[in-house]
Amino acid sequence: MALEKITAVTGRAVCVPGNDIDTDRIIPARFMKCVTFDGLGEFLFHDVRKNAEGADLPHPLNDPRFRGATILLSGANFGCGSSREHAPQAIQKYGFRAVVAESFAEIFFGNCTTLGIPCAAAARADIARLAAAIEADPALAVTLDVAAGEIRFGGQAIPAEVRPAARDALIHGRWDAIGELLEGLPAVQALATRTTYLAA
Amino acid sequence: MAKSLFEKVWAAHAVRTLANGQTQLLIGTHLIHEVTSPQAFGMLRDLGLKVAMPHRTFATVDHIVPTDQLVEPYRDPLAQAMMEELRRNCAQSGITFFDRASGKQGIVHIVGPEQGITQPGTTIACGDSHTSTHGAFGAVAFGIGTTQIRDVLATQTMALGKLKVRRINVRGSLRPGVYAKDVILHIIRVLGVNGGTGYAYEYGGEVFDRFSMEERMTVCNMSIEGGARAGYVNPDQTTFDYLRGRPYSPQGAAWDAAVERWRGFASDPGCSYDDVVTIEAADIAPTVTWGINPGQGIAITESIPDPARATAADERSSIEEALAYMKLRPGAAIKGTRIDVAFIGSCTNGRLSDFREVARHVRGRRVAPGVKAIAVPGSQIVALQCEKEGIDQVLRDAGFEWRAAGCSMCLAMNPDKLIGDQLCASSSNRNFKGRQGSPTGRTLLMSPLMVAAAAVTGTVADAREVFAVNS
Repeated sequence: MALEKITAVTGRAVCVPGNDIDTDRIIPARFMKCVTFDGLGEFLFHDVRKNAEGADLPHPLNDPRFRGATILLSGANFGCGSSREHAPQAIQKYGFRAVVAESFAEIFFGNCTTLGIPCAAAARADIARLAAAIEADPALAVTLDVAAGEIRFGGQAIPAEVRPAARDALIHGRWDAIGELLEGLPAVQALATRTTYLAA
Repeated sequence: MAKSLFEKVWAAHAVRTLANGQTQLLIGTHLIHEVTSPQAFGMLRDLGLKVAMPHRTFATVDHIVPTDQLVEPYRDPLAQAMMEELRRNCAQSGITFFDRASGKQGIVHIVGPEQGITQPGTTIACGDSHTSTHGAFGAVAFGIGTTQIRDVLATQTMALGKLKVRRINVRGSLRPGVYAKDVILHIIRVLGVNGGTGYAYEYGGEVFDRFSMEERMTVCNMSIEGGARAGYVNPDQTTFDYLRGRPYSPQGAAWDAAVERWRGFASDPGCSYDDVVTIEAADIAPTVTWGINPGQGIAITESIPDPARATAADERSSIEEALAYMKLRPGAAIKGTRIDVAFIGSCTNGRLSDFREVARHVRGRRVAPGVKAIAVPGSQIVALQCEKEGIDQVLRDAGFEWRAAGCSMCLAMNPDKLIGDQLCASSSNRNFKGRQGSPTGRTLLMSPLMVAAAAVTGTVADAREVFAVNS
């Protein structure tokens, strides 16, 4: 299973500010009544983007200037709460290819990596600088260099690090672990046989 | 060398080191439900793979089941479709399914322990962040995403980086009217909603030594609300007494051998931890959240935070955002805030001991006019036992609706939802914006008895006063 080597993501960016943005906010639970992930993109951040009548509320993702952005910026502890993979799936299906935040909740980070979405952590002041730059010029080309651990935009560079195990998996095209896990099956069977409670 | 339980369980389940440095970890027990598993089975089919060890995966249905409709087809066709998908996937793969017809259905984190499937020294994974609940038994239990469910189905393993371990000692004795729920809300308040990132929490100290298994489960359940992916309590006699005689517990000679093995997994005296935190039990009060994350909690006797008094800009903006959503007044007492809905249930507090405690105090009282109060047992077995003990009748007499087992109003994937900006006193685990089903609905997290106090007074109240709790 040859996977894409994700060494960098280049595109336009949009900032959804705030700390502790949870996965219920990213994709409200009622949209998880489905047996596939298809179509989740349109419900990304639904309840803060739409009012009860379905009309747009002021939200960065409703701002036409940021349409087509592929890099999502946010605050600390992004993706906290529920383990629902529907959240990164919705982010990916909406069109995002990378997330940059001050910090990430653990399960969300792992779920993103497994889908090939780099989650890069950057300092608050640096994210603010980048957010100001894209506010001034929404068409600004932004590059998250996963391998180098930095973001480049408009002649500037800020540190933005993907944690080592995830970075390694992304840049070497090993972000979906299934191939490697399957290769280990004989060893798995051997360990299971030695593990008392796993006897059939 | 002295080792922690986490290290021992990790070592016993590590298959090998993967190229990126993560561990291929054997997952002894895999629990699935209808929301996060269907796509995983789809991925398996796309890859032409089969379930590697079907006897080590157990299924139940909890999130989408209506608690007021027992007979299929469910009124919501999407819920019915998810139900059927799970049933089909289990049948095709030979996976045991605790459905409603089995009499053993319930919230996955209540069913596992109840059946004796959750055991010390094991690894457990489930596509649900509250899988940390199972750590109460000295298991290492992870909430996972759907792609990882695929991995576990296909290989009975997943790729994971090792966690650090933070020991949290809760020392001394809890004051009357203070419950396990208050302990975990207090811990999250002190350590923060992301304080546990990168850690497994090991809970211990006198309070945990005395806690029942159900109390330990309540605390471990909300580890994820503190950012910790796993939380556990070392197994002891309380653990073994709970497990003895359960359907999946070892029997006869195998039982004695199992207990011996389980004891060996407990953290060794003098083992080292990456961090140690000590909390005085006497400092913990009945706790209520006022904001939009579980770390935004205060003692029932405290006032709602005032952003003007915040010391940092960040803190100020988070208080402002929370109060704007919650429509609460800064500096006002939380006590006396009018509520619309009272919900007792969920994987945090939907167990027998929760309903027993509520019934003991609610007997002869009435839910305040205008308050909708629902009590939802966490499993069919909890429901049946409550019904045997007459707890359901006590609650019904008081004006609660007594429902069938499920996740219910914790997360609004079923008909139990808040309407508009209703304010709900809730024994569940998350107070996120919109969590309980209305994009403007408001949640105050608290212990079941505090929910009962709110139900009978119609306001956020101090259960110690309402029910004269002093022992």
